[in-house]
Amino acid sequence: MTTEQKVIEKKEVTEKKIPKAMVTIYIMGKPYKVPAGLTIMKAMEYAGYRFIRGAGCRAGFCGACATVFRKAGDYKLYTALACQTTVEDGMYLAQIPFVPANKAIYDLNKIKPTSMTLVQHYPEIARCVSCNTCTKACPQELDVMLYIQAALRGDYEKVAELSFDCIQCGLCAVRCPAEIVHYHVAQLARRIYGKYIQPKSPYLPIRLKEIEEGKFEEELNKLMKMPLEKLKELYENRDIEGRGQTSKKDVTEGED
Amino acid sequence: MLKLIRGYPEYMRESIELVAKTRQRRLKEVYRRMSLEEAEEVLHKFHPDYREGTKRPVKIGPNKGDLMPNELADLIEAHPFVDPRDIDLSNVDFDVDILIIGGGGAGTVAALWANDSGIDTEDILLVTKLRHGDSNSIMSQGGVQAADRPEDSPVIHYLDVLGGGHFTNDPELVKTLVTEGPFMIKWLEDLGVMFDKDENGNFIERPGGGTSRNRMHSAKDYTGMEIVRVIRDEFRNRQIPLLEFTAAVELILDDEGKCAGAVLYNMENREYYIARAKATILATGGYGRLHIQGFPTTNHYGATGDGLILAYHVGARLRDMDAVQYHPTGAAYPEQIVGLLITEKVRGMGAQPVNKHGEQFVYPLEPRDIEAAAFIRECYERNNCVITPTGMRGIWLDSPMIELIQGEGAIQKNLAAMYRMYRRFGIDMTEDPILVFPTLHYQNGGVVINKYAETDIKGLFAAGEVEGGVHGKNRLMGNSILDYLVFGKRAGIYAAKYAKKAKIGKLSLDHVYRYEQWLKEAGIVTDRRAPILLPDYRERKVIERQIDVFFT
Repeated sequence: MTTEQKVIEKKEVTEKKIPKAMVTIYIMGKPYKVPAGLTIMKAMEYAGYRFIRGAGCRAGFCGACATVFRKAGDYKLYTALACQTTVEDGMYLAQIPFVPANKAIYDLNKIKPTSMTLVQHYPEIARCVSCNTCTKACPQELDVMLYIQAALRGDYEKVAELSFDCIQCGLCAVRCPAEIVHYHVAQLARRIYGKYIQPKSPYLPIRLKEIEEGKFEEELNKLMKMPLEKLKELYENRDIEGRGQTSKKDVTEGED
Repeated sequence: MLKLIRGYPEYMRESIELVAKTRQRRLKEVYRRMSLEEAEEVLHKFHPDYREGTKRPVKIGPNKGDLMPNELADLIEAHPFVDPRDIDLSNVDFDVDILIIGGGGAGTVAALWANDSGIDTEDILLVTKLRHGDSNSIMSQGGVQAADRPEDSPVIHYLDVLGGGHFTNDPELVKTLVTEGPFMIKWLEDLGVMFDKDENGNFIERPGGGTSRNRMHSAKDYTGMEIVRVIRDEFRNRQIPLLEFTAAVELILDDEGKCAGAVLYNMENREYYIARAKATILATGGYGRLHIQGFPTTNHYGATGDGLILAYHVGARLRDMDAVQYHPTGAAYPEQIVGLLITEKVRGMGAQPVNKHGEQFVYPLEPRDIEAAAFIRECYERNNCVITPTGMRGIWLDSPMIELIQGEGAIQKNLAAMYRMYRRFGIDMTEDPILVFPTLHYQNGGVVINKYAETDIKGLFAAGEVEGGVHGKNRLMGNSILDYLVFGKRAGIYAAKYAKKAKIGKLSLDHVYRYEQWLKEAGIVTDRRAPILLPDYRERKVIERQIDVFFT
């Protein structure tokens, strides 16, 4: 047996396509030749991996495919979502399919949104050394460190705003030298903001009361029993709310 | 290597220029909506559902003779995954009141409401074959409908849903959907979901395809993610038992034919578990990953229609399985994101679909099936499309219009996910339009339920995309989140009510033998097995799936 690692090359079996340029990627150290232009996820599948862990929505929303990589000749560790990042020649890849992060347990109804609530639930945020590693690790390019600083001040609105696009992949927590679980801190802050600080819809309770009092019952039951032809007619002639057009009629007349 | 200019190949720039040139004029143009007759015609001629040879009547089971897409019929006409002789039903691993299969929106909502209805957390078990939350629910971008503005009403919502579904919906389910919708928004508000609101707390509500009122509640274009994050956090706070990477591969009945749990399969060590449950809730989502007709899909990795197969094995009826939803706007370029969802909110905020000449050809917000069919007509009959380097056809979605209508910064503020996705591949959607083509998006039909989320089988409930009837043959935008909220809640409540009284008899997998008998009698000889749990993209299958050129 030779210790030299064999580059495993997979044949493209399609007639339609012109042959693609190939790049070499290292999946947990093992080299594979894959077509240039694939995402990391598709490249791994091309190489023969069938995911159980490490693939979720495949569209950048769920955070299941958090990946750490290094490029040939570079000492830095980069982070990415495997489903949203194109492979480069010489990438060394490893997935982080699970983060054993601590999550505080709370009853949101009993929480008081004071300036200390976040620190009380996650005291480790006080250990932040402002190294900004979390921000650099975020595949969503969020300003993670800044929202942790806001969390320390109890500024819920700022945390909510800065963390809103968080997909909870956990890469920030994995890289943090102070062992902060940023994404869980942000989750608590956003729920407090949504429940206690963001103003409540003024009209919604009125509508709920109307429904409870059965205001729409009769009309709904009438529609449910209506003959199809009549229902279709009603549908076709219904008013459409919208930009510069108050009803379908106006539009058809204008166009025809 | 192809030369790219701000993300696009040089040759596509010519058409992009035309789109820019007509933009100012088009800002004032309102394209006419189709009449019902016109819509009917474009659907028949161009919607993939009407394409010859893509469906067949299934040969066995309660829907014998019903048309289904070949890819689904293949799984219906397949051997059950489980061989009962391998399973020891006397060795029960989990004994619970309520078993929930599926960890997306419907399953999570059901768990919370079952708990609220008096079922202790330890008497609930939620199993999911991916991670908790990894689902179509978390990917949903545009919003959730609920008729809660003074100028709107559940009655108007009802009419929109029925018209959108071509009057094939179950009226009772639609009534339930529209009247309970506003309550679910309140529930989410109280759980701390951050909806887009103005400074007075009024929801910022936008139109969607086929809606006659602005009733789309959103949280930027991360609506699904925001809601799932919150309900999952609530689930975790309550410490409800959860098994990830564990699929249900067969339902278990008792000697009276009631559903009594499921055979579970740990996908990592391949061990079977027996879960006995007084009530079982199917919340397994849809089937986009079956790639009906070879279409790319917006769906998550696990959307393989398992719940339909499980339900069918025990004899529950399905409905409207012939109607597949193709979302009009899937990404057609760049190659890396082909098929991924471009939320309808992009059109809701003012972006018009235009052809390669920069001209409108359809009202931007027709119901989805009609809009999709019109796109296909523009690409394959009229040839007014742009063809990508890999042969995908597409039309432009003129995203820069959004900022002209809504003000500068509107895209980054409201469509952060879209903006980020395109920027990752070098395209700035505030400056340039984006190329789109219909993509496989939603399973309109599903397991038959009543308004209590009960299926034909006692003790078996269903909620979310796996069930049918709510949307008839075509779902409107913003009604899928609403569906899983309303029927997830009802499944939780009524399963809890049922479980409190239910008594389970002797566990049985006899229905698997019966299914094998059906296959034999129908003369089906195959080595296919179902459910399939996950798609397989290894080796050649990883090469981007292209739709076959049809209508040419």
